[in-house]
Amino acid sequence: MGWAVNKNDDTAIAASQTEALSRYFARAVQVGTAFAKFVATIAVTFLGLAALTFFIGRVVPIDPVLAMVGDRASNEVYEAAKIEMGLDRPIPLQFVSYIWDVLNGNFGLSISTRQPVIEDLIRVFPATLEMATLGIIIGIVIGVPMGVTAAAHRGSWLDQVIRTVGLLGYSIPAFWLGLVGLAIFYARLRWTGGPGRIDVFFDGMIPPVTGMLLIDTLIAGEIDVFWNAVSHLVLPATILGFFSLAYIARMTRSFMLDQLSQEYVTTARVKGVPEFFVIWRHAFKPIRIQLITVISLSYAGLLEGSVMIETIFSWPGIGNYLTTALLNADMNAVLGSTLVIGAVFIFINKFSDVMYRILDPRARS
Amino acid sequence: MSNLLDIDNLTVTFPTNNGPIDVVKGISLSLGRERLGIVGESGSGKSMTGRAILKLIRSPGRVKADRLSFDGIDLLTRRERDMRAIRGARISMVMQDPKFSLNPVMSVGDQIAEAIKTHQRLSPSQVRAKTLAMLKSVRIEDPERVLGLYPHEVSGGMGQRIMIAMMLVPEPDLLIADEPTSALDVSVQAQVLDIIDNLVTSKGMGLILISHDLNLVASYCDRILVMRAGEIVEECAANKLHAAQHPYTKGLLASMPRIDEDREWLPVFERTSGSQT
Repeated sequence: MGWAVNKNDDTAIAASQTEALSRYFARAVQVGTAFAKFVATIAVTFLGLAALTFFIGRVVPIDPVLAMVGDRASNEVYEAAKIEMGLDRPIPLQFVSYIWDVLNGNFGLSISTRQPVIEDLIRVFPATLEMATLGIIIGIVIGVPMGVTAAAHRGSWLDQVIRTVGLLGYSIPAFWLGLVGLAIFYARLRWTGGPGRIDVFFDGMIPPVTGMLLIDTLIAGEIDVFWNAVSHLVLPATILGFFSLAYIARMTRSFMLDQLSQEYVTTARVKGVPEFFVIWRHAFKPIRIQLITVISLSYAGLLEGSVMIETIFSWPGIGNYLTTALLNADMNAVLGSTLVIGAVFIFINKFSDVMYRILDPRARS
Repeated sequence: MSNLLDIDNLTVTFPTNNGPIDVVKGISLSLGRERLGIVGESGSGKSMTGRAILKLIRSPGRVKADRLSFDGIDLLTRRERDMRAIRGARISMVMQDPKFSLNPVMSVGDQIAEAIKTHQRLSPSQVRAKTLAMLKSVRIEDPERVLGLYPHEVSGGMGQRIMIAMMLVPEPDLLIADEPTSALDVSVQAQVLDIIDNLVTSKGMGLILISHDLNLVASYCDRILVMRAGEIVEECAANKLHAAQHPYTKGLLASMPRIDEDREWLPVFERTSGSQT
């Protein structure tokens, strides 16, 4: 503000203060709008998801009333139940009241467990969350360095070994690995716990807070139970981790090969930068955003619940729950689980969007 | 007087499906603290020569030479690990297009600072001061602002000046400029070359300017090598270019349009015979 110099000092200061203030205000409005947009897109996506699951639920040739009252009920009982369940009303109206119920945390009753679906979900989802999270951590911590190493030593024996491991991860069936794992590490060696989340002896000892046993046992201060839960979790989580590791390592390798042929990697070498930094600073940094997409998708896939692994390890997770619900025509449970899984996908997508902006300067502004 | 760079019988080979191909065929050259221009068309081996000097030809490419010595150091027997002390610090290279040769996710300041920190132990404030001074010397007026920018936020000319700053900040003895202005607008080409020329001359460095532009090389270099198909076909002083002997050089010169002439067609090379025009 060159002109301000000629004026009275006070006016100049006041003017610059007003300007600074209005700039802060403009920035606040900007951030506020961005946040409102963010919330609005989530809300719209969620509404779309709810509509989709609701209408699919109405289209499938399953009669929820019949499933409720049984096929020997009289017509009067059937009609009464139908009215009680609100199914006599027009479908748009049913949808509105369904959304209202969902917003109030009411997903209806499950036919198979005879409990509110929301309570079932609060029980089963953390079990899957715990296993999937540990699995994806194993996948990232081992898979990413494996992929980078393979790319950096392209064509060497190390690369061959890593690619073979990746191929195994793709082609070995989950149930086979689960059974063999149980046979060796549980039945023979006794290194890990068996099926289930915890020994029967400890069942019901831990008050559920988060629903994740590793955390709840620590909150309760029960170290023995904690280690018992770990011993049960380690095998299924490692197997899940192995599958995501195979995928992550393979993708990392191909992203890195692409990066290592870029001009700016040569620039780094010209500068005399040590090879370790050439790889991790110059080649790896730009692929982080691509990796986040890969990892997010694979994590979301794990959170959907691996039915095979959950069945073999008698894991009371959402994959198991959803499968049972489907087989029993338990529509409330199916819709509830679908909504939860959909919400997981929406959340993870939004999370990776945010990470994009943090990690890539080109995505900002 | 000992030379800065001595190359004897340098060959660069790449395997292909049809057997190995020599992209550089036994060239020899020596360089003092002077400005040498290498000109040639695409695929003549001029860039590969530049990269071979820095030992940047990666497998499956092979480099062979009877002698490749820089300031008395035998580069041929140097291991990768020892080459790092030479790259950047003693020999540096400015590459063609700043859009691709600057790292897109590192700020300009970080990239220049890395070039300093790789070779010198300095405090953060010293590094910063040096970076700012270097940016000033490539005629960037507001270096503080530029430090925090990312490569996609700067223009091509600015990007190339940043590249030059980054490559010259460790004060090397030899700069290889590999088509430094080919990706730039004509209006900023002279500006960038002037900056290179000034810095190189004032610091008494050696310069190898690789280009396909004869006029440009003639006006910025002392000596010119003309390369074709991996061989040096002509060597002359820059001001004697008009007196070039080799038919290929003459052909190149003849194919350049001039503003004061009135030719309908520019001559082109007859390549069908495979022999030199």
